[in-house]
Amino acid sequence: MNIQGFQIFTDGFAEACSLLLDGTLSVWTIILASLKVSSLALAIGLGIGIPLGFYLGSKFTIPRRIILILANAGMGIPPTVVGLFVTMLLSRKGPFGPLNLLYTQEAMVIAQIFIATPMVTAIAASAVASVPDELRLQARSLGASKLQEMALTLKEARIGIFAAIAAGMGSIISEVGAVQMVGGNILGKTQVMTTAIVQYTRMGKYGYSIALALALLTIVLIVNILLTKMQTHGNESDKRGA
Amino acid sequence: MTKIKQSRLILALIALMTAFVMALSACGANPSQNTEPAANPSAAEQTAQPQAQDENKGENKETSEASDKKAEGEIILASTTSTQDSGLFDVLIPAFEQDHPGLKVSVVAVGTGQAIKMGESKDADALLVHAKDSEEKFVKDGFGTERQDVMYNDFVIVGPKDDRAGIKGSANAAEAFSKLAETNSTFYSRGDDSGTHKKEMKIWDKSSAKPEGEFYQVTGQGMGDTLKIADEKQSYTFTDRATYLSLKKEGAINLEICYEGSDDLLNQYGVIPVKDAKNQAGGEVFAEWITSDKGQQVIKEYGVKEYGQPLFFPNAK
Repeated sequence: MNIQGFQIFTDGFAEACSLLLDGTLSVWTIILASLKVSSLALAIGLGIGIPLGFYLGSKFTIPRRIILILANAGMGIPPTVVGLFVTMLLSRKGPFGPLNLLYTQEAMVIAQIFIATPMVTAIAASAVASVPDELRLQARSLGASKLQEMALTLKEARIGIFAAIAAGMGSIISEVGAVQMVGGNILGKTQVMTTAIVQYTRMGKYGYSIALALALLTIVLIVNILLTKMQTHGNESDKRGA
Repeated sequence: MTKIKQSRLILALIALMTAFVMALSACGANPSQNTEPAANPSAAEQTAQPQAQDENKGENKETSEASDKKAEGEIILASTTSTQDSGLFDVLIPAFEQDHPGLKVSVVAVGTGQAIKMGESKDADALLVHAKDSEEKFVKDGFGTERQDVMYNDFVIVGPKDDRAGIKGSANAAEAFSKLAETNSTFYSRGDDSGTHKKEMKIWDKSSAKPEGEFYQVTGQGMGDTLKIADEKQSYTFTDRATYLSLKKEGAINLEICYEGSDDLLNQYGVIPVKDAKNQAGGEVFAEWITSDKGQQVIKEYGVKEYGQPLFFPNAK
């Protein structure tokens, strides 16, 4: 092993820190683009995935089972395959070509919705399924509306729901293949942290890559710290309640 | 309560780790830290040499012995995405391997910037790139044994069929670029420090306009991707002819050549074996072959059957 070879790490870290502190790199444009695209996609993914997860997890019937299997399978679809199909759908020659959406942030949001929704749905469904049926029956017998019943169940299943949110965010903010294909990594527009890291590494500019990698790691870390806090807080109040 | 304490502990650990990383980078930033070995008595002679050579001092002897032997094994050839996208390697590499059965070539296609870096860190055995200034500097700095001309191709400016900006009939490529800026016609640049991007920047330097503003968009991607983006947006871009023709033939794009043929659009390729690389001997054999009559013939014939015109013009001396 070439110990001195570690110098490319120390040099890279030094350059990354100075880039972040000087603001030489328009790093905030890239981080904001990432956050904007991924949070919008996550919000829509949650809007679809949580109610759908409740529907699928609250009662087992054959059609619900089939959709659940599809959602579980959907979690395993490689994001690059999602990227391929969204590219073809939105391409000028494709069915939605007239909308002129390919290589825009909107296209990236669409691809990320396809990636996040199955994941949110499947995790939410299993969280809901773990809530005892008696709870819902009791709520219904006390005259709760369908919406109140759902709110109560989701509240009971909140730790699993938080996991769904964190997993959804983690999967899309770290994803590179699909956003590269449908976004095009256009500077100041569709360039996000992951695609920029790929580009700067290809160019041999490790300092730039590390600066963005630190930002990406920080975001992933914050998401997971929040999740852990919510989980432990949830357990605390459970105990107090009991 | 214990749960809260635990989460505080975790937070404290994270803070510690962050502090460690900061400290690490501060060390790296400290210019007084000298990691170069000075114990070797001959170090004084070598101080003027690049540091990368110092690091491999111990291995020099072994590699020069190896190069006397018959070259065999894997050759890592660092080249550019535009060369790979042109499809030239698909015929060139099998022809080389047929002439040298003991050798296998693995092509790593990256931007010229990284290809050169791969040479500097000896992660490649030979380079086949197209940025003459950087290549000559690479050899001058002692990373490569010798740079030889291999072939050239040319760049073209492609755009929508109607040539909105009216760049046809410009005196040279620089004037065509100025027209794009004046008419505010969207232009996609690779912006990835590649040979193609460097060439583009040279032309902007000579033009009366600046590559700035809403019309000038940067993809940071390879030639194929940038062409597809420009096609999707029916805008202009700057490309090598080979990549353009191969994508056009596949029906992936319908952009037209809007400007071609001026002297400032020529693109020279060079080959450099990397000094002290793992398979320097193999790299040298490859450089010798690609500049030989046999290799030059393969280059000359490539593309004639498919596109009706050669994509590269061999010019090794």
